[in-house]
Amino acid sequence: MKELLEKRPMKVILLGNNAIIRGAIEAGVQFVSTFPGTPASEIGDTFSALSKLGPQDFYFEYSTNEKTAMEAATGAAFSGLKSLVAMKHFGLNVASDSLLPVVYTGVGGAMVVMVADDPGCWSSAQTEQDTRYFSRMAHIPMLEPSDPQECKDFTKLAFEISDKFKIPVMIRTTTRVSHQQSIVSLSEIKGQKKVSQKDIKRGQFSTMPPNVLRMKKELFSKLAKISEVSEKSVANKVDGLKKKNDSEFGIIASGVSYLYAKEILKELGIDVPVLKLGFTNPLPRLLIESFIKNFKKVLIVEEIEPFLEEQVAAIAKDVNPEIKIFGSELPKIGELKPEYIKALITRILGIKQEFDFKKHQKDFNKIELIKRFPNLCPGCPYWLVFSGIKKAVQVASRQAAKDVVFGGDIGCYMLSGCPPHNIQDWLISMGSSIGISHGVKKSTDKKVISIIGDSTFFHAGIPALINTVFNKSNPLIIILENSTTGMTGHQPHPGVGKTGSGEETVSLSLENMVRACGVKNLKIIDPVNQEEFINTIKEFLENKEVSVIIARRPCVLLGRR
Amino acid sequence: MNKDFNIIIVGTGGQGLITLLKILAEAAKINGFDVKTSELHGLSQRGGSVECHIRFGKKIYSPLVGAGDADLVLALEQNESLRAAYYGSKKKTIFLINKLSVFSLASIGKEMLPAQISGSLKNFSKKTILLNASDIVKKETGSIVTTGIFMLGFCAFKKIIPLKEKSIIKAIERVVPEKYLDLNRKIFKLSSKK
Repeated sequence: MKELLEKRPMKVILLGNNAIIRGAIEAGVQFVSTFPGTPASEIGDTFSALSKLGPQDFYFEYSTNEKTAMEAATGAAFSGLKSLVAMKHFGLNVASDSLLPVVYTGVGGAMVVMVADDPGCWSSAQTEQDTRYFSRMAHIPMLEPSDPQECKDFTKLAFEISDKFKIPVMIRTTTRVSHQQSIVSLSEIKGQKKVSQKDIKRGQFSTMPPNVLRMKKELFSKLAKISEVSEKSVANKVDGLKKKNDSEFGIIASGVSYLYAKEILKELGIDVPVLKLGFTNPLPRLLIESFIKNFKKVLIVEEIEPFLEEQVAAIAKDVNPEIKIFGSELPKIGELKPEYIKALITRILGIKQEFDFKKHQKDFNKIELIKRFPNLCPGCPYWLVFSGIKKAVQVASRQAAKDVVFGGDIGCYMLSGCPPHNIQDWLISMGSSIGISHGVKKSTDKKVISIIGDSTFFHAGIPALINTVFNKSNPLIIILENSTTGMTGHQPHPGVGKTGSGEETVSLSLENMVRACGVKNLKIIDPVNQEEFINTIKEFLENKEVSVIIARRPCVLLGRR
Repeated sequence: MNKDFNIIIVGTGGQGLITLLKILAEAAKINGFDVKTSELHGLSQRGGSVECHIRFGKKIYSPLVGAGDADLVLALEQNESLRAAYYGSKKKTIFLINKLSVFSLASIGKEMLPAQISGSLKNFSKKTILLNASDIVKKETGSIVTTGIFMLGFCAFKKIIPLKEKSIIKAIERVVPEKYLDLNRKIFKLSSKK
C-alpha cells in the first residue's frame, strides 16, 4: 500500500482500484469521500488506511451514504479544491439527485466521480445496471479504463479535464477492471502546488429558473468543447491502423471488453483494426465516422447494455448505411467472457476452430456441482437473530406461511434469504425493508417483520421509518446493531464513534434516533437472550403502532481485526 | 516460454486464494513477464466458491482465462476443481487438487470422492494430481492456512509452473507479512520433499 505514496517513478503491481487512488494522488487530490460498496470498496479502504499512516495532502471521509458523499465532494470542489468521490453503481442512483445539478452548475476546483459497475452481480444484489447511461442523462464527461495502468492515467486525465472545464468528470469501471491486477508504471508525485480555496461568488452555484436554463446552455457549450477534446484524446486509439484501409471489418470496444477482444485477435493471429474507446461520453463522433466509413462489417464489443452500439448505429446511418453491425449477438445478461467474443469473431470471419466450445459447454453442464450459498460467519450474532425470528413466528407452520412476510435489506443479513434461513420476501435497495414493509402493512392484514443493519439504517432507513410513523403504519422493524459495516469490510458508520481517518467523533445512539423518529414501542435486546427476544417479537407483532427491536451484539469479526 | 501461461485458482472463501494470487503475480513480474489477474471481493467470498485468474507471458491483454484455456488449475478444495473444469481441456490442463472437502449448512448438492472427481475431470484434463496438502501442512504447523503455499511449492519444484523457485520465494517475501514469513518459507520448501 505504501507504494501508492512513493514519490519516484517505478513499476509496481496494482489493483485497478488502487491505481485509481494513485492517479488521484498524482493529480493532487485534496478531498475524498465515499460510502463503501463492492466493487468500489478498496477506494475508501485504502484512502482510510493511508490517512491513518500520518498527515496526508488529502482529507478522507466515509460519508453516511453516497448522496452525502457526493455533496461533500461537491462542497470541496465548489470551494476550489480537487475532490474525488467513489461508489458502486447503486450508489450513483442514490447520489444522482445531487450529481445532475452539479454538472449544470459546474465547480470552482475539480471533481472526479468514480463509479464501479458489477456485470454478473458478483457482489451486488439488486440489478445489473449499466452506469454508462447515466453519463448521457447527466451530460457528464466519462472515461472508461480497461486496466490498472489506464485506471491511474485516466483518473489523472479526468482531473485535468474537470479542472480545465470546471465540470465533474466520471471514471466508470467494472468488477474486472477494479479487481484486476497488473503492472503499472507510476509517474512522479511532484510537490503539489497547493490549490488554495476559492471564494464562492454570491449565488454562483444556485440553480432555480431562470439560472438553471442559462446553466444548461453553458453546459452544452462546455460539452461542445469537450467533444473536441474527446476526438483527440489519448484515451481513444486505433490499433492496427496500417491494415485499416484494406480491411472490410473492424472492431469497436471499451473497458475490459477491449482486452478480451485484443486477446482473441492475438490468439487467432489475425490483424483486425480495433477502435478502442476510453472517452465514452461525449463519444468522438468524427473518429468513429472515419473508422467505420469503409468497412462492410463492424463488431461492437461491450458488456451489459448496447450503449456504444446504439450510438455507432446512429452515426453509421449518416456515413455508411450499408454497414452490418454485430454485437447484439453477445449476451446481455451476465458477464461477457473472452470465449463468447471468440465464437462471434470466428463466425463473422469464417475461421474454423479446433476447440468445440459448444460441446465443451455441454460436457461441462453435465457435471454436478455443489451449490454454495454465501454463509454467515461462525459465531455471527445474526444466527441468533434469524433463528429467534423463526421460532417466534413458528415459521414452519402453515399459518405462518400465510400470515407472515419478511422484508430484507442490503448487508450481511441479506443472507436471511439463503438456506438454511429462508426468511426474506423482498430485497430491493438500501433502506427499503422499512419503506416497503409500511406499504405492505397498509395494504394487507399480514404480519410484517423487516430487518435492517445499523449502517444501512443510518444510510437510508431513517426517512422510511419517519414515513412509517407519520402515516400510522405498524410493521415490526428489527435493527441489527453490530457496530460496523460488516459486508464491505468493517468500515465505521455514525454509530461507531470513529471517522474514516481514525479520529474520535460522536457516536450516534440508535435508540435516540429511533425514539426521535416517533417510535414508542422500542426494546434493545442482545439476541443471546433468546427467550426475551422471541417473546418481544411475539408481543410487538400485536402492536397497533410501529415497533422496533434493536438487536445489539457486535460483529464477531470486530475483536479479531 | 513462448506461450502465455494461464492459471485458475479455486477454493472456498477464507482459504487465502487472493494472497496466493498476489504471490504468483509478483513472481511472474520478477521473472520479467507481463501479468494480469482477476479476483472477486465482497459477498462472493463469504464461504462461497472463489475463483481467481492469473495469466502471464510476453504480452497479456485479458485478465480472464478463456474456456478450455487453463494450463494449470490449483484447487484448494476438491469439489471446487469440478467448477474449474470449464477452464480445462484434454489438450493441456493439469489439475492439482488438494484432498479437502468443504461442505456447510449453506451448501446444496453432493460431496464427491477424489476418485469420482478424477473421473469427472477426464474430459477436461491432461493430468490430474491429488495431493494431501492440507493434511501434510496441518501435521507440520497445526493449521491448514498455508495449504496454498505448499501447493505452490509443489508446482515450482515439479516444474509445473514456468517460474523460478527463487522468484517465488522473493515474491513470498514481498507479499506475506513479516511475522508469517519463516513459516511460509518453510512450508514452501517442505513441498520439495513430497
